[in-house]
Amino acid sequence: MEQDTTKLYTFLIYSENVPGLLSQITAVFTRRQVNIESLNVCASSTPGAHKYTVTAYCDERMARILTSQVEKRIDVLQAHFYTDEELFINETALFKLSTPAMMKNREVSSLVRSYDARIIEVNSTYSVVEITCFPDVIISLFDQLKKMDCVLQFVRSGRICITKSRVEHLDEWLAVREAKRKATK
Amino acid sequence: MSEKITGAEALMRALEHEGVDVLFGYPGGSIMPTYDALYDHKKTLNHILVRHEQGAVHAAQGYARVSGKVGCAIVTSGPGATNTVTGIADAMIDSTPMVVICGQVGVAMLGTDAFQEVDVVGVTSPISKWSYQIRRAEDVAWAVARAFYIAKSGRPGPVVLDFAKNAQTGMVEFEPAEVDFIRSYDPDPDLNMTDIERAAKMINNSVKPFVLVGQGVELGNATEELRTFLEKADLPCGTTFMGLSTIPSDHRLNMGILGMHGNLGPNVMTNQCDLLIAVGMRFDDRVTGNLATYAKQAKIIHFDIDHAEFNKNVPVDLKVWGNCKETLAAVTKLLDTSKHTSWIEGFKPYAEKEYEKVIDKALHPTEGPLLMGEVIRKVSEAAHNEGIMVTDVGQNQLMACRYFKFTQKRSVVTSGGLGTMGFGLPAAIGATFGAPDRTVCLFVGDGGLQMTIQELGTIMEQGAPVKIILLNNNFLGNVRQWQEMFFAHRYSFTPMVNPNYELIAKGYGIPAKTVIERKDLDAAIAEMLATPGPYLLQCAIKEEDNVLPMTPPGANIDEMLLEL
Ligand SMILES: Cc1ncc(C[n+]2csc(CCOP(=O)(O)OP(=O)(O)O)c2C)c(N)n1
Ligand SMILES: [Mg+2]
Repeated sequence: MEQDTTKLYTFLIYSENVPGLLSQITAVFTRRQVNIESLNVCASSTPGAHKYTVTAYCDERMARILTSQVEKRIDVLQAHFYTDEELFINETALFKLSTPAMMKNREVSSLVRSYDARIIEVNSTYSVVEITCFPDVIISLFDQLKKMDCVLQFVRSGRICITKSRVEHLDEWLAVREAKRKATK
Repeated sequence: MSEKITGAEALMRALEHEGVDVLFGYPGGSIMPTYDALYDHKKTLNHILVRHEQGAVHAAQGYARVSGKVGCAIVTSGPGATNTVTGIADAMIDSTPMVVICGQVGVAMLGTDAFQEVDVVGVTSPISKWSYQIRRAEDVAWAVARAFYIAKSGRPGPVVLDFAKNAQTGMVEFEPAEVDFIRSYDPDPDLNMTDIERAAKMINNSVKPFVLVGQGVELGNATEELRTFLEKADLPCGTTFMGLSTIPSDHRLNMGILGMHGNLGPNVMTNQCDLLIAVGMRFDDRVTGNLATYAKQAKIIHFDIDHAEFNKNVPVDLKVWGNCKETLAAVTKLLDTSKHTSWIEGFKPYAEKEYEKVIDKALHPTEGPLLMGEVIRKVSEAAHNEGIMVTDVGQNQLMACRYFKFTQKRSVVTSGGLGTMGFGLPAAIGATFGAPDRTVCLFVGDGGLQMTIQELGTIMEQGAPVKIILLNNNFLGNVRQWQEMFFAHRYSFTPMVNPNYELIAKGYGIPAKTVIERKDLDAAIAEMLATPGPYLLQCAIKEEDNVLPMTPPGANIDEMLLEL
């Protein structure tokens, strides 16, 4: 039997800030039958550059292909893929919980506290709980709250990550490109 | 302060600045301001009115392929733009430099489902190298400069400019823009000398090297560099369909065609060589067959300009990234002058076997109806093997690629990656504009001709000297062959009820003749080539003939069927 080599990979993609790129990037994944698990897009620390954080299950060969096909799009600066060990990872989740249900079952509050989650709003109808942590922890908290029948709404931000590497690949590469621009002139 | 002109006029000047001399197009509401501007530029921008927008893009492709320049098409919004989609996808997969300019509704109307509004950037982004909406007249100069730079640099491809109507009518001070650098895009990577040295060492150490030549060599203007590379180290090669005219058909080191309907020798030897050297080709499934058994015994070096092609289909031992004009030249310097005589001799028995079982029969039948192979070879020779071969798709294409012969570069215009029926006729029109001094021979089937047959009107109007060789077998022959081989002879909707093509051609004022008997063929070909301007030569081809040899889909590439 063939071994299942699929893993959750995180793709960090940097692009110029131009409209229409998001659909180009997602199309690279969907066309190859890879579902995107989570997606976060924001400005990066490099002026003018946007950062996309994409997670998807695939094997390493596919991760390589996806990365190079994304990078091939004209306005994409760089794309890399990582396993969880190579990253600092965080995700934020918000829970909207029923206050009457919480009143009835005291274990809800102690569970929330045991996860170091913060209660950011309480009124007679609902309470809002916020947690920022490793994604698996969020899932485990959700599963337990769900069993207690108190969840009105639940939302996750999708992961955000920072590389553990001591090398800033994007900055180094941009410096090389800048040198080439000068040489072209 | 310079004068203010419209965005449409700015487009004209920007195109002239890019050196455009021919445009293939079709007008309509959203592009009318641009057509109005074109009216004053007729002397410099030769606009060819096609009969359907698909024809415009394929013509631009044909023009680009033979000339090496960027092909240019211009159409209206909505249906005009969607009619170009097939050609854009075709140019993308076959790396053809092209700029397609589509009209678009004004920005105030965008997103309102306005008349003839289509999300052209959304539709074309996945099938183009770059797709951009010009929303202001001020952006015309920059967008056009960037479009041409992207289309022709690196691995070439199609670019779409979606030109909003307000940007066509808006006023702007025009200054031509130059784009020769985009920070996120590196079409001209620096030579990596370590890789060059490793490649040379691997080649010098190889006893049984085999080179796969793709279209990338012509696209990189590196035909001379390839030749020197092959000759210095005595390296036998095979070509893809797209790379057919990179090296003369009769060159001592050209062992023939790779892939499903290629030649026996190169396919067998792919699985016997000790070093496979791929240059400007992308290991298409029609070339490799079953990947699990493809060249497993060999080390593989891949030369390419497109970094995303490395390890995409076939894992390689060494990638040499860059324009092969530079990389090949750099490696060649480090190559030993050597001889691989006995290895090259080893191709011969396969060539002889194929000749005996297939080629001789295809070229020299003595009885029965005409065969495609004999017609194609005769046309090729009558044009002194210096003609441009344009093909449509199907058996006509496979046979033309097998039996047309090449002595000149940039002589192949065929839809390789997409296999677009209907490509041939308009692409041939484009080729006559891209290479006005050469003989353009189109080989087309009875199915494919009817997909873009309206372009006979363009040929009539322009007097475009396309020599149309209609290989009429009264079948969608290629599909029929697969039905015969893999679907128990069940000819589901492949017989073609055909019209009188001679009459149709004559209706367009194009001289035409039909050949049924072998004895009339030579004279008919001579007459076609001697007749100035366009000509349609219909050949009544054996109905149920098959293209052989063939590697069945998914089979190992060295397991070619020579007969059924
Ligand atoms: C636009 C398009 N539709 C369908 C096909 C599938 N197809 C491939 S070859 C072929 C038959 C072509 O018939 P014809 O033009 O008569 O050429 P022949 O094979 O007979 O030489 C068909 C239908 C295609 N390649 N392109
Ligand atoms: Mg046919």
